[in-house]
Amino acid sequence: MTGFSDIWSYLAEGPLLWLAATLVAYAIGDALSRASRRAPLANPVLIAVILLATLLVFTGTSYETYFEGAQFVHFMLGPATVALAAPLYANRARIRAALLPMLAGLFAGSLTAVVSALAIARAFGLSGETLASLAPKSATAPVALGVAESIGGSPTLTAVLVILTGITGAVIAAPLLNLMRIRDARARGFAIGTAAHGIGTARAFQESETAGAFSGIGMGLNALLTALIVPLIIPLFL
Amino acid sequence: MIHAVALLLVFQLAGEIAARLTGLPLPGPVLGMAGLLATFLAFPRLYDLVNPTTSGLLSHLSLLFVPAGVGIVGHLGRLGSDGLPILLVILASTALAIAVGGAVFIAFARLVGDAE
Repeated sequence: MTGFSDIWSYLAEGPLLWLAATLVAYAIGDALSRASRRAPLANPVLIAVILLATLLVFTGTSYETYFEGAQFVHFMLGPATVALAAPLYANRARIRAALLPMLAGLFAGSLTAVVSALAIARAFGLSGETLASLAPKSATAPVALGVAESIGGSPTLTAVLVILTGITGAVIAAPLLNLMRIRDARARGFAIGTAAHGIGTARAFQESETAGAFSGIGMGLNALLTALIVPLIIPLFL
Repeated sequence: MIHAVALLLVFQLAGEIAARLTGLPLPGPVLGMAGLLATFLAFPRLYDLVNPTTSGLLSHLSLLFVPAGVGIVGHLGRLGSDGLPILLVILASTALAIAVGGAVFIAFARLVGDAE
């Protein structure tokens, strides 16, 4: 008979265990999110991350080992981003009609994300590398990392700040927009995608396909605008 | 489904190549998205072929951020003694960006008589 520790050391070596754990943790997070009728704090990403991080600490598993399994899920981010073309196409008439509100919302949301982060951070006495890492936090991860590096930020710190921004946006967006009585799915989605990139877009898709489509455009346009404006704005704060 | 996945991967690949060739500050998959959208506009029947797969993928978009999310847990220590102010900056700045972006969108939609 094989002992439990033998089975564990066999499983711990392959990608199967942590791939399965990632899907199960997400299924639990999604079930809790649905059961709570999408209560803001019952965010499926947040729940799954907490469950898995606890499990990793508990079993003494390194992130590298975990990622050997989880990389298959992570890889799908690229194709999923390309797949955003489908809801954009389905909503093309509404998007064409809303070009001016989108461009106005983009400039306002994008500038607010960068300038408010830098101004508040400086008021708290933060400086240098931390400021440069905070500036592009609302852009999608690969763009934010490139921007941060080019202005003297730290890529690792930026990665953490980008994910925290996405989760924060996904959690606060619905209650905040409800409080402001903004019910237009286009405005809701666009604002979420501009401020909270892909994680926000995932949240917007839970509201409706239209919100998701506008969030996807917000994310894409903000990636471009952030890369253009952050290098111009950052000298004012350093 | 295999055709749809193949199409997504081919456009991602094309996007990665285009991003490197042009030096645009956009990730390859975002350029791939733009390319696929243009292709849908030119060949609408392709959309019907791909749509079941893409809507399945996008309805669980949250799942795909879980591995990266787990990755940051080990790096939370990098926030160091500045942890609390940094979290407050993210909370305030993200809330402001969502509020301003949404309000300006609505204001301009009313301006052009296109409120929904």
